Amino acid sequence: MNKTFWIILFVLGLLAPFAVYPVLMMELLCFALFACAFNLLLGYSGLLSFGHAAFFGSAAYITGFVMTQWNFGPFSGIVAGTLFAGALGLVFGLLAIRRQGIYFAMITLALEQIVFFLSLKLPFTGGEDGLQGIPRGMLFGFIDLNQPLNMYYTVFAIFVACFWLIHRTVHSPFGQVLRAIRENEPRAISLGYNVERIKLLAFVLSATLAGTAGATKSIVFQTASLTDVSWHTSGSVILMTLLGGMGTLLGPIVGAFTVVGLEHELSGIGSWVTVIIGMIFIVCVLAFRRGIVGEIGRLWKRSF
Amino acid sequence: MGLPLNAVLAQAMLGLNQGAFYALLSLGLAVIFGLLNIINFAHGAFYMLGAFVALIGLTQFGGWIGEPELQINFWAALVLAPLIVGLLGVLIERTMLQRLYKFDHLYGLLLTFGVALVLQGYFTNYYNVNGTPYPGIPASLKGIVNLGFMYFPKYRLFAIAASLVVCFLTWYVIERTKIGAYLRAGTENPNLVQAFGINVPLMITLTYGFGVALAALAGVLAAPIYSVGPLMGANVIITVFAVVVIGGMGSIMGSIVTGLALGMIEGITKVVYPPAANTVIFFVMVIVLLVRPAGLFGREQ
Repeated sequence: MNKTFWIILFVLGLLAPFAVYPVLMMELLCFALFACAFNLLLGYSGLLSFGHAAFFGSAAYITGFVMTQWNFGPFSGIVAGTLFAGALGLVFGLLAIRRQGIYFAMITLALEQIVFFLSLKLPFTGGEDGLQGIPRGMLFGFIDLNQPLNMYYTVFAIFVACFWLIHRTVHSPFGQVLRAIRENEPRAISLGYNVERIKLLAFVLSATLAGTAGATKSIVFQTASLTDVSWHTSGSVILMTLLGGMGTLLGPIVGAFTVVGLEHELSGIGSWVTVIIGMIFIVCVLAFRRGIVGEIGRLWKRSF
Repeated sequence: MGLPLNAVLAQAMLGLNQGAFYALLSLGLAVIFGLLNIINFAHGAFYMLGAFVALIGLTQFGGWIGEPELQINFWAALVLAPLIVGLLGVLIERTMLQRLYKFDHLYGLLLTFGVALVLQGYFTNYYNVNGTPYPGIPASLKGIVNLGFMYFPKYRLFAIAASLVVCFLTWYVIERTKIGAYLRAGTENPNLVQAFGINVPLMITLTYGFGVALAALAGVLAAPIYSVGPLMGANVIITVFAVVVIGGMGSIMGSIVTGLALGMIEGITKVVYPPAANTVIFFVMVIVLLVRPAGLFGREQ
């Protein structure tokens, strides 16, 4: 059953641009990838990072920069953004892994704030305006990404590849050890696992994939903005994961589609969006901690 | 260095003022964390709410109840705002936070993050994002005083003094009185304290209300200095988190001293190297994490 389910989703993804506005679909996929990368950390390792926008946003800036200033193609542009996010993830991780739980969240948030101010102040970032007019360019020199369908299938391919990587990671022995650490860290230590190294590895992997999402988004929208590195974006990705269901593979995708879709639908009512998002947070935490996918899964199991 | 000493001293004094607010805020966070084990993300929002209670009381409240002449002045706001916001805190603790103690502490952080978004979004709808000045400085606090090395606004001096008095009173109550002893015992072992017949859930509720009231007090004191805006809390809370990471939340005095010192460091950076003024506290945090991961006054778990 499981395999059929994923194949249906895959086919739906292939057909989506004929039913939904492709740019919206691409935005959904970019944020879904971001949320999946985040879930790898929160859902499978139990680490709450409040600074994931730093990876998403800085990758967008780096990709935009190398493509406009150094004439990189889209492929090498995304690779550059992704690698940068991974390196930044290593720095954040080395600093933050030293503290646990709540401190971990606060430290990642503060580090992200440094990245935010750098994005505002550094000479090549365009200050308040961010980077604009990033070219989409020719993928591998012959696929014109200015064609919406070409762009869509590129984004879809990136998403599927990264999602497959996350799927493999979660179901590998490494993924099992991550879950063991989440459930009982002292026990994992006593079994001889180098817990700090494993957590750091998970953090860097999550940051790298978040970077891929940000880099891809900067090419789709041809901009990199301060919003991408702000704590609001970190907050949204937490909400996507929480609402969809953390620790499930499908959850972050459902959550990202719901949150981005909601923001689109409600974009006319100004700051009330923030109020509504805040209330969803409160309701999720109080009554809905398994998230949409988690709750459905529980009902499904109960009814059979 | 060639830096004008007067300019450095002046910024250090202004920084001390900012530091006094950091101290009040991080003190509230530390008191709440000690007993509830959660980080109150809504702390910045309550700080903003305190400032708004003062502003609304002065300029709008009279109009709402049909008595345009009625103005709630600064002194009244200094008492009322912490009370009102503290009660709101009590309400939030009783209706929401209380249900989360048996789960992972991260849920408390996420819940209060949601509360912060609701408050911030609500006020953004009705008030100027860039801030509204608070026009109600009492006549007795207007003007400037000569400190010998500089002229300093009387009001700012009052804000520093008031914050410090409240901080040290809080320290005294927690470290030197019987109520404080219950509180510290509750931090160490709530079950045992409960077994001795002390109403721990009530103590937790009141502690949350008190911590939140401290944030509101900082908000009222800050209102005449900075303009009152919906984003004032969001901007300050991340810095205060860094202050808390630097100090470590193990000690009350530690959070007061760290807050004051970092405010001054930030102020002095404004003269020495202005571009780094916004980030210097975060860089200090990085250095402290490398040297003393538990924070300057923290205890290793």
